[in-house]
Amino acid sequence: MTPLLSVSNLRVSFGRNPLENEVVRGVSFDLAAGETLAIVGESGSGKSVTALSINRLVDFGGGKIISGTINLARTGNSILDLAQASEPVLEKIRGSEIGMIFQEPMTSLNPVLTIGTQIEESFRLHRGLTGKQATAAAKDALDRVRIPDAARRLKYTPNQLSGGMLQRVMIATALACNPRLLIADEPTTALDVTVQAQIMALLAELKRETGMAMIFITHDIGLVAGIADKVMVMQAGEAVEQGALGDVLDRPQHPYTRHLLSAVPHFESGRAARSDYARGQSEMTSPALRVDGLTVRFKVAGGVFRRSPGSVHAVENIDFDLMPRETLAIVGESGSGKSTTARAILGLVHPTSGGFSTHTGRIAEATDPSVQMVFQNPYASLNPRLRIDSILAEPVIAAGGRVNGETRAKMAALLKRVGLPENCLERYPHQFSGGQRQRLCIARALVLNPSIVVLDEAVSALDVSVQAKVLELLVDLQREYGLAYLFVSHDMAVVERIAHRIAVLYAGEIVEIGDAASVLSNPQHSYTKRLISAVPSIDRRNQHFELDTRQVPSLVRPPGFEPPVAQWRSFGPDHRARAEV
Amino acid sequence: MLRAIFSHPSGRIGGTIVVIYVVVALLGMFDVTPHNPLQQYRIDRLHAPNASYWMGTDLFGRDVASRLMKGVGQSFFVGFCSVTLATLAGTVLGLTAAWFGKAWDGLVMRIMDVLLAFPAILLALLIIAIAGPGTWTSIAAIAIVYTPIFTRVVRGPALSIKAREFVDAARTFGSSRRYILTRHLLLNLVAPLTVQVTLALAWSLLTEAGLSFLGLGTQPPASSLGLMLADSRNLMETAPWLLIFPALAIMISILGFNLLGDALRDIFDPRTRRSAA
Repeated sequence: MTPLLSVSNLRVSFGRNPLENEVVRGVSFDLAAGETLAIVGESGSGKSVTALSINRLVDFGGGKIISGTINLARTGNSILDLAQASEPVLEKIRGSEIGMIFQEPMTSLNPVLTIGTQIEESFRLHRGLTGKQATAAAKDALDRVRIPDAARRLKYTPNQLSGGMLQRVMIATALACNPRLLIADEPTTALDVTVQAQIMALLAELKRETGMAMIFITHDIGLVAGIADKVMVMQAGEAVEQGALGDVLDRPQHPYTRHLLSAVPHFESGRAARSDYARGQSEMTSPALRVDGLTVRFKVAGGVFRRSPGSVHAVENIDFDLMPRETLAIVGESGSGKSTTARAILGLVHPTSGGFSTHTGRIAEATDPSVQMVFQNPYASLNPRLRIDSILAEPVIAAGGRVNGETRAKMAALLKRVGLPENCLERYPHQFSGGQRQRLCIARALVLNPSIVVLDEAVSALDVSVQAKVLELLVDLQREYGLAYLFVSHDMAVVERIAHRIAVLYAGEIVEIGDAASVLSNPQHSYTKRLISAVPSIDRRNQHFELDTRQVPSLVRPPGFEPPVAQWRSFGPDHRARAEV
Repeated sequence: MLRAIFSHPSGRIGGTIVVIYVVVALLGMFDVTPHNPLQQYRIDRLHAPNASYWMGTDLFGRDVASRLMKGVGQSFFVGFCSVTLATLAGTVLGLTAAWFGKAWDGLVMRIMDVLLAFPAILLALLIIAIAGPGTWTSIAAIAIVYTPIFTRVVRGPALSIKAREFVDAARTFGSSRRYILTRHLLLNLVAPLTVQVTLALAWSLLTEAGLSFLGLGTQPPASSLGLMLADSRNLMETAPWLLIFPALAIMISILGFNLLGDALRDIFDPRTRRSAA
């Protein structure tokens, strides 16, 4: 039987010198109908370009297929080489035979058209439906991706739907004409874990229903385990290893595959939690940071003739303390208030009530040099026009110090400590990679000898293997300088590697807090359970994700609303969860 | 930077014109001219261009070449001063509007909207009609006319840079407001500002010539390109050199600044930058 898609010796390049800028260098694979191929690789490995070459969208990004064939078996046993096909033929194939979903659902849909119009477009173009027929078909498409109340949702514009809902709309559009091949380019990377689990479940179910083949591109090898039949690992434009799922994951042959598998933090349900610190034993010193009833509310703007509908209760009555040398991870999904908590502690957001104290005393308006922060995006957190020495000197200048030989020596020593060459003081940020920039940010946070470092999604923007190295560095620095970390993250696998204690945030409130091993292995609150079961893991092969269409509750409360006092239940010496009604 | 300008095709032409223009302007300003621009050579009135009078003489027997150099110097002085003032005012207003936001932002931007609602030359005329003609009032008028453009050019990018994480980072260190505004915001605005200054110089030359042409800018007997054009109107047919040389000077200098501005915009825009790094 001929395969549905057969790619052989594909070479793709960009720019004026096609031979110098080769991005995909001789990739070959076959895909049978109904099969799922996962392409795994880090950024710049050529995985997306490979996929975009199949429906020739790569042409629009300035790419060029230099050699190789992409044979697609069409209905009626004819075979078409997509690498040679003309644009009019390709336009027919895109959408009707090859569907595609992209990484960012928020920007893949036109914000000024209703989603109904956008789904109908596909039916009009490929099936010639018009008017009521197209609307009915669009409603069926939304029903198929399990969007409740589909008829009404057709009239929504994209801004009225959440990210997960929009990705379902994208899937509905891609599947409108029953394509026999679906290309999914990191379809869940921009989504929360629990939403990711829902989308994965949906894709798996639709695949079973329709029998289509799928190419699934991802950097997360944990997700691969859940959905793929075959895996192809790419590095620097070459397919270094490919084979059946079990073979690649359990018996990796190529050193890069082994490296990927060992470097990626896998979630192990608390078994990999750190055990180098336990509170309440020998030194019961005073906490480095104590947060009491921290509450942040943002007033929703009203109009001239409209009263404000209330406030967003972003963070509600949060208490915790943080010991020296301890890491407290704050986990939660987008909108749970975890970043707002971090920003309030840094003085970037004013708390509505409650407060916090460090061992130096209460932090008032002014920022406290003993608390420093590392931000999520290493590309945005360094001023591109300043040299590294000016960047590192800024905290010193801000604290009223002078830049002299001593500070320069300290900066050089810190750079060496975070694993960067000393000569980078004279360079500019754009000359560094993402991982190196994050090391620079860490060095900058340490210049003032802080006792507490707040890490807001500090490794989330990095490639997996770089992530592991930065985490290692953070653990080493914590031991060496006796730092207390407040680690804000959505990634449970990363949290498991670095946290001693975990606080789970949901809708602005802590729902569960305790030592990492206990929370991760024995979650008590229903939300924590849901969060942990949604984490993809290499051990969960071909698992059946459950469909769950629950939405996060709105945080907008009417003026004067005060939440009820929480009841807590204890589950061990250092593990408690909010009692559920 | 200079190498980048001169390797860009329109930058090479624009840059050369601007360099020549500035040299001529400086020579004119410091009276290094072939003849005294105010001296009236009565015998040689309306003399066609020759070896002594490169661009001929005017009705009063004054050397056109010398007056042209003086005029270029005058227009450069007015343009340079007014654009400097507009840049300073626009940068301060735009930065503070972006940083403080709210009422101050609303006030500043609405005033700028009002100024922008008038055509540039009309607004300049209005200001001069109130303050009276003269070199310094035309400098002030042109500066006021071009301030809104700089305010907008600064405020837009400043708003987006303000939301970047390195500004948040600076706030967590407790960096002073002045440090953040100058090192983080202003430094990242150098590129758009440079382009805008070059283009504004071209416009201000044109506005100055227009005002002088109408008799509201530089006053006779001092020389300016617009004034020379106005004087040549009645003699266009008998002495075309009176019209051609000042008109060419205005045209070429504006072309030069515009080409240079386009080149700078290409050089600063990372999307059009070729793989130089």
